[in-house]
Amino acid sequence: MSEIREIDIPVGATPQKISQMLENFEDVHGERMVVQMGPQHPATHGVLRVELETDGEMIMKATPHIGYLHRCFEKTCESMTWQQVVAYTDRLDYCSSANNNLGYVLACEKMFGIEVSERVQTIRVLVSELNRLASHFIAIGTYGLDIGAWTPFLYLIQEREHILDLFDRLCGGRLLLNYMRIGGLTHDLPDNWLKEVHEYLSYMEGKLDEVNSLLSYNKIFVERLANVAIISEDMCIKYGLTGPNLRGAGKKWDLRKNEPYCGYETYDFDIPVGDGEVGTIGDCWDRYIVRVKECEQSMRIIKQATERLEKMPGDDVLAAIPKSMTKVAPGEIYFRTEHPKGELGFYIVSNGKKFPWRLKCRAPSFSSLSVMSAVSPGLLIADMVALIGSIDIVLGEVDR
Amino acid sequence: MTIPEIFNILQEKFPEAELVLEENNPDPIIRAKCEAIADISLLLRDDPDFSFDSLMCLSGVETVEEFQTVYHLYSMLHNHKVTLRAGGTKEEELIVPTVSHIWPTADWHERESFDLFGIKYTDHPDPRRILLPDDWVGYPLRKDYEPQKTWHKIPLTAIDYKEEDNGDES
Repeated sequence: MSEIREIDIPVGATPQKISQMLENFEDVHGERMVVQMGPQHPATHGVLRVELETDGEMIMKATPHIGYLHRCFEKTCESMTWQQVVAYTDRLDYCSSANNNLGYVLACEKMFGIEVSERVQTIRVLVSELNRLASHFIAIGTYGLDIGAWTPFLYLIQEREHILDLFDRLCGGRLLLNYMRIGGLTHDLPDNWLKEVHEYLSYMEGKLDEVNSLLSYNKIFVERLANVAIISEDMCIKYGLTGPNLRGAGKKWDLRKNEPYCGYETYDFDIPVGDGEVGTIGDCWDRYIVRVKECEQSMRIIKQATERLEKMPGDDVLAAIPKSMTKVAPGEIYFRTEHPKGELGFYIVSNGKKFPWRLKCRAPSFSSLSVMSAVSPGLLIADMVALIGSIDIVLGEVDR
Repeated sequence: MTIPEIFNILQEKFPEAELVLEENNPDPIIRAKCEAIADISLLLRDDPDFSFDSLMCLSGVETVEEFQTVYHLYSMLHNHKVTLRAGGTKEEELIVPTVSHIWPTADWHERESFDLFGIKYTDHPDPRRILLPDDWVGYPLRKDYEPQKTWHKIPLTAIDYKEEDNGDES
């Protein structure tokens, strides 16, 4: 224990004055205490344990311990055929399974030189943007929940529910779609499905403004997040943070624009970036608001894709699926796509046989989480929750 | 800059790094001696003509003959990519210098590659396992890996990976 000393504090001293006086006593600092945050902490979005070394309310050091959900995805993939892996990629980030499918099938298609029709590409864009919307709704809603706003979460879960119903009609799965295949899709769109998507879009009109007035510009929410846990653009690039986290730091960077795939270059949409509207560029609020703005852009893409599909003549979405994949081209490739969490990369090595020889998944959440121990010194314990929520991790993807 | 151009410049600057350009892939790969990886990486990041500021992916790989570490680099400024590879035979332990001081994101990726492949990284700031428990035995992604029978008296259902020959039947 530190020794107890008396100091005279004059009557009517301001808090600033008192803290100035306390600064002269270096040993006023308390003992360091280690706090285990997790693994069953509700704000860690899964099972994550963070070992916090604290001085009073202040974090001095934070060490994340991961691996609680580890199931060796990569080893399992080595004993599955190329097409079977698609179903397993669903389970990486279970909030956005269509985007995981897309990343994997595009990597394989590029490696084996498979070309898919425009209709297949447009359906893929439509489904993955719907899933991006669902994933961002979860991110926004649970972030409010972490900070203490319960109501917006319920609203957003409800809006997400409608998307899951659309997926249910599309392929029978709500969370885990398993809808894409190397070279195509499992089946074409059901009748009237596009009409339902249109109805959903008109239903969603103005809903994001509701989110903004309920949550984004709520005074308590803003004060809780502005200027907290700032991650600069330079730091993002160094630590491999991508997607909304990098855009929140003010970098205009989106693989859908910078390295277009699936015909994204033909769609009209903007890249929202953080601009320090309420605080500093790259703080928690900026990373949060980028996701809200991205939802708007996703809806624009969905609208364009739906209109295109309505005009497009139907064709066989299974046409380009290889009849047999027991003998494939050997080689290796790294291919990356824009996932709701960031850059999802697949590094695939083929030895020409029916199983992947090596499949490495570069998960966006894994890299995002690694920044934590660099950002957290100097944060308050309560701000740790704000940091974890703002980088939007899913532990299924971190642990693989 | 294209990969052959990068390769030619690197070969001039690092004559003793045994650089080889593997062109039989969709994207060519530059292969280098393990010991030279950190120096090459530092040049690739700091030289304004290259400025590879982002490490997209770092993966451990096992081929029939050797263990390898593969680096996928990208430059946000010039919008070009390059892939580096370092490898060593299976008879001896693969030891690669760390690049985590060059790109901090490599820290966790190197730990993962150590955890699952047993590739050692010299001067790594935190050389622990990352996904598996600290007292786990063996390196699961190796092709000859056999899971331990129990872990802290918890029986582990052993899956016989040997039975599943990797694609020999056609």
